[in-house]
Amino acid sequence: MAGPVLEMRSISKSFPGVKALSAVNLTVAAGEVHAICGENGAGKSTLMKVLSGVYPHGGYEGEILFEGEPCRFKDIRASEQRGIVIIHQELALVPYLSIAENIFLGNEHATRGVISWNRTLTHAAELLRQVGLDESPHTRIVDLGVGKQQLVEIAKALAKKVKLLILDEPTAALNDEDSRKLLDLILELKAQGIACIIISHKLNEIARVADSVTILRDGQTIETIAIGSEGISEDRIIRGMVGRDLEHRYPERTRDIGELAFEIEDWTVRHPVDQQRTVVDGASLNVRRGEIVGIAGLMGAGRTELAMSVFGRSYGRRAGGRVLLHGREIRTRTVPEAIGHGIAYVTEDRKQLGLNLIDDISRNISLSALGKVARYGRVNHHEETRVAESFRRTMNIKAPTVFTRTGTLSGGNQQKVVLSKWIFAEPEVLILDEPTRGIDIGAKAEIYTVIAELAAQGKAVLVISSELPELLGLCDRIYTMAEGRITGEVARADATQESLMRLMTMSAASSNEQV
Amino acid sequence: MAPTEIIPDSSPKAPEAGPSPSVGGVLARALRGNVRQYGMLIALALIVLLFQVWTDGILLQPLNITNLIQQNGYILILAIGMMIVIIAGHIDLSVGSLAAFVGAAAAVMMVDHHVSWPVAMTAALVIGALAGAWQGFWIAYLGIPSFIVTLAGMLLFRGGTQIILQGQSVAPFPKGFQSISSGFLPEVGPHTNYHNLTLLLGLAVLAVAILQELRGRRQTASYGLEVLPLGLFLAKLAVITTAVLVFTLLLASYRGVPIVLLILGALLVAFGYLMRNSIIGRHTYAVGGNEPAAKLSGVKSKRVVFLAFTNMGILAALAGMVFAARLNAGTPQAGINFELEAIAAAFIGGASASGGVGTVLGAIIGGLVLGVLNNGMSLVGVGTDYQQVIKGLVLLAAVGFDVYNKRRAGS
Repeated sequence: MAGPVLEMRSISKSFPGVKALSAVNLTVAAGEVHAICGENGAGKSTLMKVLSGVYPHGGYEGEILFEGEPCRFKDIRASEQRGIVIIHQELALVPYLSIAENIFLGNEHATRGVISWNRTLTHAAELLRQVGLDESPHTRIVDLGVGKQQLVEIAKALAKKVKLLILDEPTAALNDEDSRKLLDLILELKAQGIACIIISHKLNEIARVADSVTILRDGQTIETIAIGSEGISEDRIIRGMVGRDLEHRYPERTRDIGELAFEIEDWTVRHPVDQQRTVVDGASLNVRRGEIVGIAGLMGAGRTELAMSVFGRSYGRRAGGRVLLHGREIRTRTVPEAIGHGIAYVTEDRKQLGLNLIDDISRNISLSALGKVARYGRVNHHEETRVAESFRRTMNIKAPTVFTRTGTLSGGNQQKVVLSKWIFAEPEVLILDEPTRGIDIGAKAEIYTVIAELAAQGKAVLVISSELPELLGLCDRIYTMAEGRITGEVARADATQESLMRLMTMSAASSNEQV
Repeated sequence: MAPTEIIPDSSPKAPEAGPSPSVGGVLARALRGNVRQYGMLIALALIVLLFQVWTDGILLQPLNITNLIQQNGYILILAIGMMIVIIAGHIDLSVGSLAAFVGAAAAVMMVDHHVSWPVAMTAALVIGALAGAWQGFWIAYLGIPSFIVTLAGMLLFRGGTQIILQGQSVAPFPKGFQSISSGFLPEVGPHTNYHNLTLLLGLAVLAVAILQELRGRRQTASYGLEVLPLGLFLAKLAVITTAVLVFTLLLASYRGVPIVLLILGALLVAFGYLMRNSIIGRHTYAVGGNEPAAKLSGVKSKRVVFLAFTNMGILAALAGMVFAARLNAGTPQAGINFELEAIAAAFIGGASASGGVGTVLGAIIGGLVLGVLNNGMSLVGVGTDYQQVIKGLVLLAAVGFDVYNKRRAGS
């Protein structure tokens, strides 16, 4: 057996306030397919960014050996020159250029700045044959489906004489047929001696193509398992992925769960651009008064898409299904309608979708319920300031005054402002999407307390989170989603991280078998 | 009754604030919050002072002040609407052409069809509203970039102007119509050396301004919020009083308050109030600041944009008529480059190219900076070639200063 093609030795990487990777080791043998698994935020993407030079040498600690030689990449170009190519989940193709132009973008067949179209087109056609894509090199990228775009990306990597191909969630956006083809191609490339790192949530795919799997958790290497000829059980991988201790303190609360408050029935949403893709598929769930219900799922499971499409059709196309409040069907076709029925959606993306960063705290808090501090269309600034000031105190928003611009606040404080905005709107149903993403532990605990209080006031609370301990600590009941479908519903008492992760990684194929 | 309540209300606070070192702190905080606005006000004052000295006092002579107001009235009207459009995150290139179009339509109605001038004016405002709504529809509901839609509008309305005027000027207008640009408040009462109504109006404005300040201060205090220390507050009142009185006396010693100034004053108060105090105004800032977030907060962002353009159409119509009245003719060449002047005024006055920032008062200040520069440079004999160069540099400097300031503040 040949020596390893890649060795990453005790890689550590910190961001202000967070240690993203600590002493991670990764060894990829020559010509193998190596899978990396882990929860959202386990450090998979960070590790790949270190490897590909997105985080240049000097920005991390540790050592990278590629083909036995130490590497110090200063940018992506440098890593690509050595033959390490990463294909991100969000494809990096220029939509209105042709396949051939995309394949050689930044790497053109040219003489003194003049492109040789003959060489470009012949080479492109050759590469397309290699990846099994039956399209003219002149075809524009927009005219291709996602699956074929993925193949163009791989052709592009091959044009760079790739030796180690990194695929980040390559099948997340693909249907079963395209996924199968892609996995076959990976095995074919392996036969040609190209090593491959594949990051995936789909354990059945890993079991199919990977030779070994490295599991990351909380920025650390948990283990590397060689997959022998007998394969690997999904449970074995799941056991490694979870098992984080329930370290955070969750507020004690007396559960006073009332009647059914909010129901979603048979909800289906198509992708906004690619309408062939069903992003949420027949999802049904319900929340009672005073109950905190979680939705667990990995990236791309359709949780946010479900919530946003219910909240005034803010996502996707052709959303269909029923939304019921206290047993009566309600219309939520626009955001004002949804708010009017007492539904609030606290976004996972507070900077882009939650706050007006150039405006101050008070005006952000009042925005969704301005009418409450206004009469005859006239905003009472004093009343508005008083309201904001009371939220600043009760929510413990750390800012000099309520006239501080929200753009200058820390993540935790920004999140408190967004929460204040929606609490001020006095909703009956709160949908909280990743309410503690990217905020420090102290602020997390405060937000948990707020959530518990909201439930105690009789509100129906739906929490979407990627952190299983958070869901287990906070929720009364947890739904799991995978590939747009609700794959399970577990009462708090019966839920474990393992059981949830099992449901979260259940692909359409395997769940069909179970039905 | 109101003022007497103020003093006991706020004076107990003043001794606390007085000895503490926070006077400067409060002032600094007040300034910091509005660097751009105060900065432009100070810049305007400096430019006025510079030209006052340079022109040996001609700039602030009553006749010249009146001229300044009448020459810039229509740009200032456009600047108010433009500021709102820019706050909403858009731009309108069509306002010069639209102003010409509406001016021409009004001219044809009055001169060729002998429609009475109040009816013609009303009809013209409706035409402006419809034209604005037309553009707003394409921008807000069909999602076509405002740059494109209004560029099309610029051509469309310019062509329309030439069609309805058949390439010729249409004149003259009834006296009543002319007065919206060149008229003054009527002279009444005993003969003094001053214009009586102007003096009364000036005093009334002063009284309202002071009452507003006092009321605001009392309300702020009653909500337990921080107010300016008494000394600073009195100084502020003194500055306001002096400014209003001096301006009133200057105007009163010539022919009194021009009608344009009344129109402008009304627009400034109305739109200032709308943007600062109304829900729709607040929604406009939210849409310009972060449209997706505003949408998810329940703001009807399409309606906000639609209304901003409809309003721009109405104001363009008004500006077009004021300009036509000043020329006493509807001409195919009216309004050329007005859109650029209005956009420059808005940016000098504190608008941000990415939207969400700016005030109506800022637009007026920006417009005045440009107006005083124009007027002052003409008075000292700077050629129009150099005037353009200088105005270009001022625009660049004002926005550059703002960007620098933001970056220093840590973006």
